[in-house]
Amino acid sequence: MKNTAFLNRSELIAVAILAVLILVVLPMSLDGFRLNLVGKYLTYAFVALGLVMCWGFGGILSLGQGIFFGLGGYCMAMFLKLEASSVENTKIQSTPGIPDFMDWNQITSLPWFWEPFKSLPATMLLVVGVPVLLAFILGFAMFTRRVGGTYFAIITQAIAAILTILIIGQQGYTGGINGITDLRTLNGWDIRTDDAKFILYFVSAGLLFACILIAYFVKHSKLGRILVAMRDKEDRVRFSGYNVSNFKIFVFCLAAAFAGIGGAMFTLQVGFMSPSFVGIVPSIEMVIYAAVGGRLSILGAIYGTLLVNWAKTAFSESFPELWLLGLGGLFIAVVLAFPNGLAGIYTSYAEPFIRKLMNKKPDILPGGNIPQGSPAE
Amino acid sequence: MSDDIERGLESSLRRKLLMGMAAIPAVALMPKFALGAGPATSEVNTTGLAVTDTEVTVGILHSVTGTMAISETGSVQAEKLAIEQINAAGGVLGRKIKYIQEDGASDWPTFAEKAKKLLVQDKVAAIMGCWTSASRKAVLPVIEQYNGMLYYPTFYEGLEQSKNVIYTGQEATQQILAGLDWVAKEKAGKSFYLIGSDYIWPRTSMKIARKHIEAHLGGSVSGEEYFPLGHTQFNSVINKIKLRKPDVIYCAVVGGSNVAFYKQLKAAGIDLSKQTLLTISVTEDEIDGIGGENITGAYACMKYFQSLENDNNKEFVAEFKKMWGEKTVIGDVTQAAYLGPWLWKMTVEKAGSFDVDKIAVASTDIEFTKAPEGYVKIHENHHLWSKARVGQVQPDGQFKVVFETADLIEPNPFPEGYQ
Repeated sequence: MKNTAFLNRSELIAVAILAVLILVVLPMSLDGFRLNLVGKYLTYAFVALGLVMCWGFGGILSLGQGIFFGLGGYCMAMFLKLEASSVENTKIQSTPGIPDFMDWNQITSLPWFWEPFKSLPATMLLVVGVPVLLAFILGFAMFTRRVGGTYFAIITQAIAAILTILIIGQQGYTGGINGITDLRTLNGWDIRTDDAKFILYFVSAGLLFACILIAYFVKHSKLGRILVAMRDKEDRVRFSGYNVSNFKIFVFCLAAAFAGIGGAMFTLQVGFMSPSFVGIVPSIEMVIYAAVGGRLSILGAIYGTLLVNWAKTAFSESFPELWLLGLGGLFIAVVLAFPNGLAGIYTSYAEPFIRKLMNKKPDILPGGNIPQGSPAE
Repeated sequence: MSDDIERGLESSLRRKLLMGMAAIPAVALMPKFALGAGPATSEVNTTGLAVTDTEVTVGILHSVTGTMAISETGSVQAEKLAIEQINAAGGVLGRKIKYIQEDGASDWPTFAEKAKKLLVQDKVAAIMGCWTSASRKAVLPVIEQYNGMLYYPTFYEGLEQSKNVIYTGQEATQQILAGLDWVAKEKAGKSFYLIGSDYIWPRTSMKIARKHIEAHLGGSVSGEEYFPLGHTQFNSVINKIKLRKPDVIYCAVVGGSNVAFYKQLKAAGIDLSKQTLLTISVTEDEIDGIGGENITGAYACMKYFQSLENDNNKEFVAEFKKMWGEKTVIGDVTQAAYLGPWLWKMTVEKAGSFDVDKIAVASTDIEFTKAPEGYVKIHENHHLWSKARVGQVQPDGQFKVVFETADLIEPNPFPEGYQ
């Protein structure tokens, strides 16, 4: 089988179970509205997946993944907004043909950096390209200077704050705090209908599985093993002759690319983009998804994202005034009791039980000497 | 209160009778209804909203958590009060109002998600909700797509009009022009220093204010500055104010920043009883946080103050405090939120239907004579005709009303010459 190159048997089964859940069970059991919500959650799962790669495997904690999610989302939103701002749609404006918020801010012609977003292929390229470019610049500037750990986390947080302030401050060019709203069609295809949402759900899910396979491929390659080695003993890897910073830059860019794709899919499904996804709070929330799911587990991150968001929606619908406390309690409980998240629960309790049932001796998983209860970096 | 409600009922009955006479064939088809019960559900609800023979469901969508909760709580309270009063008076078309409350959590996408839930899952007949412009902008496409009805309470920047929204607060020109005219005349204001938070509402408002000052009042703008939401360091702008000595500080700083701004202004020795300051963003709710003693003497231009001396308002304030406690204060937006359920009820009764398309049309010229702010009327453009008032902050945190426009001001969300 071709897949065996980068998936072992138990992983193949686990991916298949998730695929059945996301592609068959959920679409068949949920109505359009709930399915659209799950579609939205899946877009966050891209970010959580990226965090597993760079935090769980690479040991680089980024508290600014919202930056890349937001950039990907904004790239897509700019394309959709230009399409929605055709001259016929905007003839009441003083300058027809430009987005409405520009008109409110006395801007009379389209700024240069909006020009590429007139074309869909260019947009699709930029959705991945812009986040990766920024991640490369940040990674290059910091990892080659051996900035890491907490310092890196703080810098990513500062960048997230800067980007939010920039977007809000330049409202004539970015839509300000309102964001880019009222998006309608993608190349003439109305994205607001229920059918479109249904299709977009499967597109998101498909892209997510593609990213999951990439993640497994990286994990099982030599590269993945170097990442884990680097996380556990960076100096030893460096003394062995590896250029550590290049590997870090790579995995950080990979996480940014995943986040950018997630952001673009988010914009398509939700119908707008705003700076509230770029800042510090959403970035930390995204780290929580990965932490709850288990930062060392690729699939754990997906389950973690779905669970946390489902809990968020369910709590807030049932207890509109108290739900934040309930959610906070859940996080604290998970992190205190299960430092490796849902995946940790599975590997320490469920898996030995299953193995006992199947009468098998536990073997050592490749690259998976999971340090139980190791402190979050 | 009770006899007003009776009067309200009588007039709505009379209206129903009149409508009935105008449409005798329709009445003949309608099943006979007993006293107190409304017309058949199949007649008044043709689009599958959550309306039964005894109940109609509406949604309340505000932030009760997060940074906006402090501002939006008043709106939630006012809407619940109005719904309770309407139910006590017999409901809408003989049906009691049931509400489903959702939390927007001060987060614009959450607002959109919850609005969609209310419309698609709960099939609410109307939504009372949103506060910030950003939350409205996020919700608007959802409301339009699923053809819902939103009653939006906050004073806002204008430049918007939707079949699916009734704006019960003031649009920018209604709030700004009369206040500026007053300050130019009464306080001999010639030079103005404009300060605002950095988002669409203050920016649009200041744009209108600047045009009005320069083109109509013959005044000048000696400075214009914006600060990010949540900003707390105003010392540099306060120094500039001391240097340039404007006649009027014109202010649209919102939310928590207000506390820092007014405290620092006071600490810098600017006495608001000597330096005229006119704000369009401080209501009784904000003063609760700022502290009355820190802002005494400032003027605010609003359409409603808790201290308004009229019978409607006295009753409203008494009922509000009875329901939510003696210590609660009522600001401009809280009052506007209170109008939402009442305007919706009257529109439904005029239309004789819960259908959104019929309500959107019937809204024009709906009058509410019992509004705490006085008489209001819905304009064809779905905004309200309303007065503008200027109040001066007293040490106890209440306003003393010093000026009120003689007539209702026509809402004009797309003001020409101010764009």
